[in-house]
Amino acid sequence: MGKIGEAGRRGESIRSDCYVKVELKDSPGIHITLKSKVECMYGDKIRDLIKKELDELGVQNCDIYVEDYGALDFVIAARVECAVKRADSNIKKEFLLPAVSFFEQKSERERLRRSRLYLPGNEPKFFINASLHRPDGIILDLEDSVSPNEKDAARILVRNALRNVDFGECERMVRINQGTLGLLDLEAVIPQNPNIILIPKVETGEHVRAVDTKITSIKKEKSLANEIFLMPIIESALGCFEASYIASSSSNVVALTIGLEDYTLDIGAERTNEGKESFWARSVVVNAARAASISPIDSVFSDVNDLEGLYRSCIESKSMGFEGKGCIHPRQISVINQAFVPSEKEIEKAKKIVLAFEEAEKKGLSVVAVGSKMVDPPVVKRALKTIAIAEKTGILKNNWREE
Amino acid sequence: MAKVELVKNAVGRLVPTVVNGKEQTPFLGVDKFKPKGRKASPPISCSADYPKNGNKVVKNLKEAFELCGIKDGMTISTHHHFRNGDFVANMMFEVFKEMGLKDLVWFPSASFPCHSPAIELMDRGIIHHIEGSMNGPLGDYCTLGKMNGLGVLRSHGGRWQAIQDGEVHIDIAVIAAPCADPFGNANGVNGPAACGSLNFALADSMYADRVIVVTDNLIPFPCVPWQIQGNYVDAVVVVDKIGDPSKIVSGTTEITKSPDRLLIAQYVADLLEETEIMRDGFSFQAGAGGIALAFVLFLKEKMKKRGIKARFVRGGSTKYLVELLNEGLTDYILDGQTFDLYGVESMRDNPRHIATSPFTSYNYNGKGFFGQFVDAVVLGATEVDVNFNANVVTHSDGRLLHGIGGWQNCLFSGCTILAVPAIRDRIPIVVDEVTTLTGPSELIDVIVTERGICINPERKDLLEKAQKSHLPIKDIRVLQKEVYEICGGKPNPPKRSDEVVAVVKWVDGTLLDSVWKIG
Repeated sequence: MGKIGEAGRRGESIRSDCYVKVELKDSPGIHITLKSKVECMYGDKIRDLIKKELDELGVQNCDIYVEDYGALDFVIAARVECAVKRADSNIKKEFLLPAVSFFEQKSERERLRRSRLYLPGNEPKFFINASLHRPDGIILDLEDSVSPNEKDAARILVRNALRNVDFGECERMVRINQGTLGLLDLEAVIPQNPNIILIPKVETGEHVRAVDTKITSIKKEKSLANEIFLMPIIESALGCFEASYIASSSSNVVALTIGLEDYTLDIGAERTNEGKESFWARSVVVNAARAASISPIDSVFSDVNDLEGLYRSCIESKSMGFEGKGCIHPRQISVINQAFVPSEKEIEKAKKIVLAFEEAEKKGLSVVAVGSKMVDPPVVKRALKTIAIAEKTGILKNNWREE
Repeated sequence: MAKVELVKNAVGRLVPTVVNGKEQTPFLGVDKFKPKGRKASPPISCSADYPKNGNKVVKNLKEAFELCGIKDGMTISTHHHFRNGDFVANMMFEVFKEMGLKDLVWFPSASFPCHSPAIELMDRGIIHHIEGSMNGPLGDYCTLGKMNGLGVLRSHGGRWQAIQDGEVHIDIAVIAAPCADPFGNANGVNGPAACGSLNFALADSMYADRVIVVTDNLIPFPCVPWQIQGNYVDAVVVVDKIGDPSKIVSGTTEITKSPDRLLIAQYVADLLEETEIMRDGFSFQAGAGGIALAFVLFLKEKMKKRGIKARFVRGGSTKYLVELLNEGLTDYILDGQTFDLYGVESMRDNPRHIATSPFTSYNYNGKGFFGQFVDAVVLGATEVDVNFNANVVTHSDGRLLHGIGGWQNCLFSGCTILAVPAIRDRIPIVVDEVTTLTGPSELIDVIVTERGICINPERKDLLEKAQKSHLPIKDIRVLQKEVYEICGGKPNPPKRSDEVVAVVKWVDGTLLDSVWKIG
């Protein structure tokens, strides 16, 4: 018997995924057995894909069994690659499908980051429609939502998803694992142009720099020009004390966030919806982020069914200085997006400042004044940002100046 | 199977000229076929032949069939108010076996997976074929070409029409009743197997030569309301249990948690608001599917916010429709079938929750039906094509999946909305041509998916209003292209033979399409 590798999942409840079993053999030839829900529609295409993939991975002799529950090509390719690599760990090649056009979409240092939707990295069925719910960002998670024995599978799947799934206007983020596992994650995902890498359980600035250095070396090695930002996640008491060093550890850090499940565990407190136990920590994150001129982003709200509680929690976060919150279910997105846009009052104030600023620019004045009051440059900057958010989110029409 | 002669109907679909020995008219177009002649009628009976004391109870089902003169080749009907929890059809099959009958036609208002014992009877020639919707094991049996005659798929309204027009003659109707009296009066609102209405069996009771009521809950005369009137009934049979209550109606109806389905439901509610279909005194219909239920909740929020009240909503009723009624957001529920215990209770206790029949709501060959003036309906579909035709009866691989139900009849509403995911796993829902045509494009106004809303270009009024809104309006071909790109290109069409295994009737009795043998 040859070497065997299995990957993916099977069973009645499985959707948009597949199960693959590969047996590498000495006897020549490739034998494909495909059982697919979409046999009559795409069966031939799936067999062609498998053949091509095995060829590119350098597998010449094997029996391969695929049980398909409507998986898309990027999923099938990921499962086959994983099964092959589990059968023979010497196979290092990657099999990549042609990238979708959105693959190269860039992000910006400063952009809306109100809502970021966590997608478990080994669960493909949530990927293709994630952007339809309009989060500002999606997070392909390789860390806590992936079981230890599926890390390799998720890494390949997430790599393919970055390349082949259209995430629309969403900022594309990946949460890597801690330690050496995280470095392996980076090798797989960095060439596929993620916009942001989320680094979990950060406790020192050194930790962020290690990731940053690794990214730089991968980019150099592969001659990649894409800009990749970092968002460290503070999840411990020690992390809180180091927050300002973490926030300023690299010029690529654009946002700082906090993970409250682990943090509350670390300080020995019960996590509540009100969040009194984490008030200090959250405040530290806001201050550290602001001190480094980056965005402070709040943790997730874990009760999916309590949308009113979520809204209250968002308003509290916003009042503390946070610019966004994590989502664990698409239903939370619209609530969060609505909560983190500027209020009417803020917009009215910003309008006056922006008009005054534009007037001053036209006249070549270096000082901006609203009425008799001088306006400092950071206030102008904030007003411009407020207006930009209001315009971008459609609260303010682009032609508001004429009204 | 005998070779059937095929003709092309008005929409280019090949249909047989003869089905199960009866000549057929191919579909001529919507509102084109005009029926002639007089309605069917059962023989005249005489009270002298029935017990003077009104007690028609007989010992068992076999005795009832004997009393009704059952013979080989007869057509026997049942109703499907018990859905997948029905015991009575299977009891009836046992009697057929015991009596050594053959070549019967089973004419259910719909069949369910619990009725798969019928397969054995068809294999043995006891049942010749089924005329009625088939899914699950029975659907596969038919689509694999194992059934003797052709399957005939009709809408609820179309079934009434076929009985009324004499297209189907019922020799004996078997009506399972959650509550009945010895005279044969029966209803579905009381008793352990309460299911709400019994009106899918109303035509059967009126037009069949002979009628048997089967109950597990016999009460003294009068059984009121008498949804089925004892005056039509020949015999009453009492059994231990007519069905499994937990499968007849659910205790509670859960709203879907699927984010994509919720998004579709939200779009549907937004659409009704933006196109001003939602206005005081309006009406709508929504089924018990995941999207339809969630839609009701979203619409309810909007109605409350804007102080808008509906004149009537159309069931299948669930807790959510009952809440609308109880909160004064609608004057009436006009209900064809109830899906949960809240619906059953409300129909029994609330005079504004009315049991309707396929005659009042759906029958096309008549002097109008109220399905025509429901302002909006939200329906599902398995496929739609770029010309807005829709399929609700077969999978994309050609296997029978659903009955037509009231689906075709509902298409006549003011605004017909198909709420469907654009992709099911890898299966694209928007195709070039639907596998089985069940609803013609001119009656389908809007297709709402998680990837955008497509409005039939013929509905310029809707299009104009919707385009002014924030709604994601999309050309259906653009949507199709997007979906094909995700799924991996244009799918291969199903491999099917040129052998017809079933036909799809239009609401007027003409043939809309054929279902072909696969595998």
